[in-house]
Amino acid sequence: MQIFAYIINKDGKADDTALELALAAKKLDSDAQVTAIVAGSGIDNVCQEISAAYNEIWKIDNAVLAYPDGEIMGKILPKLLPENAVLLLAHEYLAMDMAPGLAIRTDSAYIADVTGIEGMDGTTGKFVRQEFSGMVSTHNTCDLSNGAIITVRPGVFASEETPSVGGSVVDKSGDIEIPETNRKYLETVEAEVGDVDISTSEVLVSVGRGIEEEDNIDMVKDLAEAMGVDYSCSRPIVDAKWMEKSRQVGTSGKTVKPKVYMALGISGAFQHLGGIKGSPFMIAINKNPKAPIFQVADIGVEGDILDIIPELTEKVQELKG
Amino acid sequence: MEPVIIPPASYTILGIPLILLYIIIPIIGVALFTFIIAQRMQPLVKAAPDNRFDQLGLRLFNMLKYAVAQYKQPRYMLAGVLHIVIFAGFCILSIRSITLVVVGLKSGYTLPLFDTWIGTIYNVLKDIAATAVLVAVVVAAIRRGIYKPERYKVPEKYGKDHTSEAVFVLAMIGGLMVADMFFEGSDLAAHMNKGLETHYVLFPLTGTWFVTYILTLCSDATLQFCHVFFYTVHEIIFFSFLNFLPLGKHFHVITSMFNVFFMKLNKGSVKPVKWGVSDDQLDDLESFGVKNFEDFTWKHILDFYSCADCGRCADQCPANHVGRPLAPRFITIKCRDFCFDKYPLREESVDKGPLIGSILEEDEIWSCTTCGACEEECPLLIEYIDKIVDLRRGMVDEGMVPQSLQKPLNALGKRGNPYGKTEKKRGDWTKPLTKDEGYECKILSGKKADSAEILFFADSITSYDDRIQEIGQSSFRILKACGVDFGILGPAEKDSGNEVRRFGEEMLFQDLKEKNTKAILDANVKRIITADPHALNALKKDYDNLPPVEHVSEFLYRMIQEGKIRFNPLENQSDIYVYHDPCYLGRHNLVYDAPRTVLDNIPGLKRVEMERSRDRSFCCGGGGLMLFYEPVEETRMGKERVQMAADAGATVIVTACPFCMVNIEDGIKTSGNEGKIRAIDLTELVDQQIVK
Amino acid sequence: MDILVCVKRVPDTSENEIEVNSEGSDIERDDLVYSINEWDNYAVEEAIQIVDKVGGSVTVMAIGDDESEEIIRREMAMGANNGILLSDDAFEKSDGRGLATILKAAVDKGNYDLILTGAQSDSGAAQTGAMLAAMLDRPFASLVNLIEVKDDSTLKIGREIDGGNQEMHEIKLPCVLSIQTGINEPRYVGIRGIRKVASVEIPTMGASDLGIDSASIGDAGAKTKTLDYFVPELGEGAEMLEGDTDEVVEKLVEILKSKGGIK
Repeated sequence: MQIFAYIINKDGKADDTALELALAAKKLDSDAQVTAIVAGSGIDNVCQEISAAYNEIWKIDNAVLAYPDGEIMGKILPKLLPENAVLLLAHEYLAMDMAPGLAIRTDSAYIADVTGIEGMDGTTGKFVRQEFSGMVSTHNTCDLSNGAIITVRPGVFASEETPSVGGSVVDKSGDIEIPETNRKYLETVEAEVGDVDISTSEVLVSVGRGIEEEDNIDMVKDLAEAMGVDYSCSRPIVDAKWMEKSRQVGTSGKTVKPKVYMALGISGAFQHLGGIKGSPFMIAINKNPKAPIFQVADIGVEGDILDIIPELTEKVQELKG
Repeated sequence: MEPVIIPPASYTILGIPLILLYIIIPIIGVALFTFIIAQRMQPLVKAAPDNRFDQLGLRLFNMLKYAVAQYKQPRYMLAGVLHIVIFAGFCILSIRSITLVVVGLKSGYTLPLFDTWIGTIYNVLKDIAATAVLVAVVVAAIRRGIYKPERYKVPEKYGKDHTSEAVFVLAMIGGLMVADMFFEGSDLAAHMNKGLETHYVLFPLTGTWFVTYILTLCSDATLQFCHVFFYTVHEIIFFSFLNFLPLGKHFHVITSMFNVFFMKLNKGSVKPVKWGVSDDQLDDLESFGVKNFEDFTWKHILDFYSCADCGRCADQCPANHVGRPLAPRFITIKCRDFCFDKYPLREESVDKGPLIGSILEEDEIWSCTTCGACEEECPLLIEYIDKIVDLRRGMVDEGMVPQSLQKPLNALGKRGNPYGKTEKKRGDWTKPLTKDEGYECKILSGKKADSAEILFFADSITSYDDRIQEIGQSSFRILKACGVDFGILGPAEKDSGNEVRRFGEEMLFQDLKEKNTKAILDANVKRIITADPHALNALKKDYDNLPPVEHVSEFLYRMIQEGKIRFNPLENQSDIYVYHDPCYLGRHNLVYDAPRTVLDNIPGLKRVEMERSRDRSFCCGGGGLMLFYEPVEETRMGKERVQMAADAGATVIVTACPFCMVNIEDGIKTSGNEGKIRAIDLTELVDQQIVK
Repeated sequence: MDILVCVKRVPDTSENEIEVNSEGSDIERDDLVYSINEWDNYAVEEAIQIVDKVGGSVTVMAIGDDESEEIIRREMAMGANNGILLSDDAFEKSDGRGLATILKAAVDKGNYDLILTGAQSDSGAAQTGAMLAAMLDRPFASLVNLIEVKDDSTLKIGREIDGGNQEMHEIKLPCVLSIQTGINEPRYVGIRGIRKVASVEIPTMGASDLGIDSASIGDAGAKTKTLDYFVPELGEGAEMLEGDTDEVVEKLVEILKSKGGIK
């Protein structure tokens, strides 16, 4: 069957999730013909970049689409897509703006933020989702033959494999009309730049709720200093105003690509892990042995960071002499 | 007898009798004073009601103890002695003052009986008193003006420095003393110069004595001048001083007796939302708490008038000490000034809007741990906790609650504990005892309730916090070792609500109180024991109709007195122990000696005291909801307290309150004293040492 | 401005342990404490703040059973002017589209300039607001963390996007917005406030009041189905270090050194 994938791109580059959607489509139907939809302005590079993974790439190049806009694309896509189309998107900011409404406009089923795809049974697709902040999972189904919009959790279908499908680019720019919308994009306000850009840090000492009190933050800074590396944190620490926003690792914070990541008192919610790319060597210390972080970490310690951190700092200082 | 010197009442200048002056000045003085007092009464009349006319005998006794006998003054020795001297002097000189006013109208006037030897003795006393007052005033002025002690300082954000007002008043008092010395001395000197009898005993080294002998060197004309001049000066200063009093901190001179008479008698309890409105009528009230100035009760406003700006409260306040935006002294001074601005003497009253957001800040009011150090210290018995609670009630009513407190408050409403943990697990802290140690635990609630003589009220932190459950377990073992027939409420127990009430969520407190009261009365116990002083306080002071409640240390004290328990000697006798008085056990419930006696009965235990102990104990940081609040502060109370213990030479801090344990153990870690000092609860120590 | 806020009663996840029930058909709901969906609470606070500034009214609406009334009442205690409960057995087992259909029918019975929903709730699908907007053909924005009223017909809004950045838009009324946490600091609702609204009438509307075709809602109208609830098998996970603090710290330092964690 034909499966469509909407490719997010900004500033002439495809998002990391671009290749993941192709793999997700194959998981749904290994024989699927996967068509990428790339909309934007000056996107030839993007189309080329992803052509290895897709059978066909529909290019929609228009100056108005330079900045990705969910309201505009949400009205263009129903006219562009064939009836009963199956469309995959990455579950992130643009999709949350556009995809559910798109499902209504195309009269399709909508399943959001799938963390697993278990293939098809006839025309019924079977998916895995999470509820209650990841505490439980569910199996969900829908009839794909009546159209479906599926959003996929970023990172779940990432792979080291380099595909080599090599599809051709079809210019569909003329097939669309820019619709009137009642929402107008003004500008993007950048987050305040802190004194350190953790997205370039090689090693990060990261702290979460387990630090318990603001006064204890100092011990984390001491450890980072002893190790000669940068420190970062998860969202609750920023919400409590114990660290600047620029040090937040997560989907609503910074994306980091370190080689070594120490998760101290961090539970491992996906919104945090979503900000960590590139599979660093992860060491996790947490009081709760059932914390999800231990699923993704390489080395784990069940313990109280308030006891371990000061000792660790001392040992590192001794080592450095 | 013909007067040697013409007295003021008979004196004329250019044919005008000065007696006119001495009629007019007092009339104006008293009239003005009456007017000012009437103006000052206005806000009291508009204020909320307050129930202060009960137990008149006790009130009279307190007035004698605290106001007349100046009982609290010596807690700050130098300032205390100076003040006692000035106050005692004032009392003695009051007779003289009355006499002097009348003397201007009728020369040679004395009060009945004072024309006898009584008068002669009185004059000696008067001279000694006046001299003492003059010396005290000079020392005080030097102290205020030159040495400038720390607690009088006014931080910039609170406005101008108050030293000039203080020194001005001291000067006035000094002036009164000196003027009288010259008035009296000039008459005596005139007599002495003419070799006449004065019928006056000049006590050596008194001011009057000095002045008289100096004046004997002067001419008659000079003496005559001095006599009338200094009398007039005295009159003017006297009536100016009288009218100056209600304008500032010296209002306390007039209001202090009343303020002490009307003091709060039931320490540790919190006033109802509104006096005269019972708990079931609360739902009908339009507004809760203090939002506008007149929401304060008349006694609270009287408190604002009575503040002597001495700074002792702020000096003892732990929140102030650690740099939180709270100093009790300035709450009072700001409210007083607000009142004076709102009710000016010469104009109509001005509408000034709500207090929070204008003169008071939200964080200022949330910072208070209700430790009671301020109230303990205040020589005028000014109250703070009730005002803070009322202000918090007002903020809660308006939804102005910090986010950090909303979560535990919501959890308390839903689950009866601030952690949001399920009620079912409230009794689980006893599981290690029943499962691993073979004890039997009676649950006094539920469908298959056991019955017992005594209820052990655990309260929330002991029930749910991993570390503090150990205190509950130690208490359990001790009670078993003493053969006590007791049980716990388990899932039916709710938070005692001590902090819920003190943080202004009155209706949630009423809800918890209702549920706990029912569970306790259904359990039909004779007594209640608890290891949590906050629970002790709530059950004893804020709940009604419960069986008697005591703290586990009081129970242990009795057991020791009755010879029913013995202790094994300590294994490690090189430790130095220090006992930290929890605010809610010590200051609020007057239990100071019981825990100390328990410790002193453990063989081999060496104990020291911290400088700030007993009713001067320094709050660990607070309990209940205070553990969830995120204050803006420079350091932490627990850390400071650990340092105090270290300074006293201790290696072990003994606490008797679960919240003290949390804060002290935290303080040990953050002050870098791990390994040098450790903390242990009284129950844990007893559990360790008791002969079972 | 007349604002409608769609709210949902959900299990409180902060201290509750969410577990799958024995049949695997739902989570174990005995003993759960429920409260208003956190995102929805921020939305209600925002609505109240807007109305405080520009006038108007705030209506809170929930789909559920009698127990959802508790949530509506709490938000009214907070300051919402009106509450509406949408309740009918026919609504049960509706999927996201079904719920949006019900809401749309209720919206059509009223006259709202602005509709707010929380950005997501316990199911994590984050779909209700967007679907409702499409059904009403109104402009929409998700993850809104800032609202400024420019005039009677325009709002300036900010959306939270990656990296902590904020996308600014101008959007025309009437519109639908889904609200992200942290947009404001919700005020406290005390027991007293809740008691004050304890006896306020909350009108209830069912399928026939709303004129909804039963084929479009409930199980019949659902395009997606939930088969079961489960907890996935845990994979191997991390290699856990054993020993007391000293031993563990020694090992950690060795590992950090070897992996280049110490500079």
